[in-house]
Amino acid sequence: MDYTFRIKRYNPDVDVKPHFEEYAIGLEPTDRVLDGLNEIKWQLDGTLTYRRSCAHGVCGSDAMRINGRNYLACKTLMKEFGHKITIEPMIGFTVIKDLVVDMDPFFAGYKAVKPYLIAGDAPASAERRQTPEQLDRFEEATKCILCASCTTACPITWTNESFLGPAAIVNAARFIYDSRDEGAAERLRILNTQSGVWRCRTVFNCTEACPRDIKVTNIIEDVKRTLLLEQL
Amino acid sequence: MAYHRYDAVIVGAGGAGLMAAIQMAGKANIAVVSKLYPTRSHTGAAQGGISAALGNVEEDHWQWHMFDTVKGGDYLVDQDAAEVLTREAIDAVLELEHMGLPFNRTPDGRLDQRRFGGHTRNFGEGPVKRACYAADRTGHMILQTLYQQGIKHNVNFLDEFHVLDLLVSDDGHACGVVALELKTGEIHTIHAKTVLWATGGFGRIFSVTSNAMAGTGDGFSIPFRRGVPLMDMEFYQFHPTGIYKFGILLSEAARGEGGILRNGLGEAFAERYAPTLKDLAPRDMVSRFIYQEIKEGRGVDGKDYVYLDLTHLPGDVIDRQLPDITDFARTYLGIEPKTDLMPIQPTAHYAMGGIPTDLNGQVLRDASATTIPGLYSAGENACVSVHGANRLGTNSLVDLVVFGRRAGRHMLDYIRSNDLPPLPVDPEFVARAEVSDVLSRPKTERVAALRHELQVLMMDKASVVRNVEGLTEAKQGVAQIRSRYAHAGIDDHGLTFNTDLTEALELGAMLDCSEALVEGALARQESRGAHYRTDFPDRDDENWLKHTMVRKTSGGLELTKKSVSITEFQPKERKY
Repeated sequence: MDYTFRIKRYNPDVDVKPHFEEYAIGLEPTDRVLDGLNEIKWQLDGTLTYRRSCAHGVCGSDAMRINGRNYLACKTLMKEFGHKITIEPMIGFTVIKDLVVDMDPFFAGYKAVKPYLIAGDAPASAERRQTPEQLDRFEEATKCILCASCTTACPITWTNESFLGPAAIVNAARFIYDSRDEGAAERLRILNTQSGVWRCRTVFNCTEACPRDIKVTNIIEDVKRTLLLEQL
Repeated sequence: MAYHRYDAVIVGAGGAGLMAAIQMAGKANIAVVSKLYPTRSHTGAAQGGISAALGNVEEDHWQWHMFDTVKGGDYLVDQDAAEVLTREAIDAVLELEHMGLPFNRTPDGRLDQRRFGGHTRNFGEGPVKRACYAADRTGHMILQTLYQQGIKHNVNFLDEFHVLDLLVSDDGHACGVVALELKTGEIHTIHAKTVLWATGGFGRIFSVTSNAMAGTGDGFSIPFRRGVPLMDMEFYQFHPTGIYKFGILLSEAARGEGGILRNGLGEAFAERYAPTLKDLAPRDMVSRFIYQEIKEGRGVDGKDYVYLDLTHLPGDVIDRQLPDITDFARTYLGIEPKTDLMPIQPTAHYAMGGIPTDLNGQVLRDASATTIPGLYSAGENACVSVHGANRLGTNSLVDLVVFGRRAGRHMLDYIRSNDLPPLPVDPEFVARAEVSDVLSRPKTERVAALRHELQVLMMDKASVVRNVEGLTEAKQGVAQIRSRYAHAGIDDHGLTFNTDLTEALELGAMLDCSEALVEGALARQESRGAHYRTDFPDRDDENWLKHTMVRKTSGGLELTKKSVSITEFQPKERKY
């Protein structure tokens, strides 16, 4: 089938500002959007630039804006769209080239919430115990692949650079509700600020954007509730 | 020229590289260099589990795990290394838990374990529950957890730096790497006392693969060009259950949880070939079972695929234990695994071979045990050899944790007792020459077209089933693609994030890997593990209970043999 890809292009080496270019290619409806980008890069225009690696939705490289919404290009099939699709880089971060954005601020937000287990000495030659129910409490948040789909779908992050963003909050929650972790108070202090959970306006864009089906907004609400009730 | 100085530079930010980095963090000045962001590394795609004889669910012993590893590898495994792997697996898995990895649990809160292919109780009597797991995203959780530890320990990451060359001092010490910073196009000299290669595999040389697009074998090719040998390259694993046409992995855990392979007639065919372990026979065998079914006309609708059947599993087992792979089936096939059969075919998955190392990750110069000072390798990139002729499921994750850790610890000792070697004259010369060569080529060939030809050639002639005719065609074909590669110019001549350039460089690495693989496969006139030759269908211990080592010399590739370490288990016929 014939498809037209309308892609926002920007190469700082030559362009003053971004512009759109159109490419006509043949694809199957069951092909991935990433297959279409590859087809363009490999057959028509080698300068087209985007990130990609696993090509099946687990590495988080190829989040981008497709027809006005964030998707992973490798986890979205052509049949979800019409014959013309518009592809743009994620909003809110500086564009390095074409669909490649500067992810450093995103990872800075992630690092700010102390995304690692904070706990005392572990038992020698044994695991820390944790029941399946205790794992259930935070397991959903562990699915995050740090693709930034949620964070760059959030209108607050578009306008407020200091907002940690949904992904950072999800990764904080992943530890806050882990029965083995002892750093919840520190993380809650970080989230209990103007750049933390209270910036969230519960728009649900993040949940809609998550390619891992994490109920991101619910997790943010969970953290807000914990802060309000000051209990875990 | 951008210049950096470190005690250690680690190439690759997957499980092996990060595990090594964590050993040194805070104790030495290190950098982890990756052409991706670390969390994009292919360790994150590993699904089913990481084995350790914890015995949490049923009786188990590391000696049983060691035996299974040796037998699974068709006795080409170095048994001293398999002992280290399986003994230290226990402590390594516990260390991951201590780092915070969210493993699935038993009702009383211990690490849960499940069955996996080729893992048995009491030296082959029947399946054993040995694989610790985090749903079917165990690799994702290992990668995340290790990256989190890297952040905690302030590891210095050079993200999106594409490594171009290995630096060796005039007196033969590894002394750093040269890398291209993608964001700026700037070339950097990273001067260090030690270098660890941990760049994963090269599955992208095949047209159907589970491997990420980054899996182009850069970390095999670059040291290879510098005279470092590659060992056992002919042993390449095809995982039986890749999604038809996509090659996307459907974990062996699906069969560990009770999934069954069915041919076009609906028959559960594995039991005909492996009466004891059935669908849980090792991967090399199951891939050949599938090949045989298809060859004898029992593929689905006469085509080149069969089915993976999960329809009889309880819905909550699918939802809780296999959520990701069933999501893949829904996304890419548009089918519901609870009610529909999933079309699968073997998919290029894992390189058993690689850079030869000793038990501490030190790279071997040749078939004697001499090492190249300062040079290390671990994970899929390396060949210790714990996988021999065929790796067991879950053992890749064990390998990268155990040997990544050992390499990191040894590097720390090395750093403390050695000075920084001087750089060679004009350290960026080779890297700059390669880049300007690619940028100045005529465009009479296209990189993508050549890459596709190579992938189809390797899939047709050098995959699950091989013979001298096919391998000879592969050898000639690779040579021909290589000569055309010299005319494969690119469109993008800019500095900023030039992936047109890096894809061309990656094809160069893929050609090296293909050449080495075919060289080993042609030489090895026997069938063992994943290397199956129709013209030599039997294992030949008399002549080939040996590793192969391929080395690039000015006169072409040179192949030598290296002895196998056999300590506990004498080679026997391999039946399941």
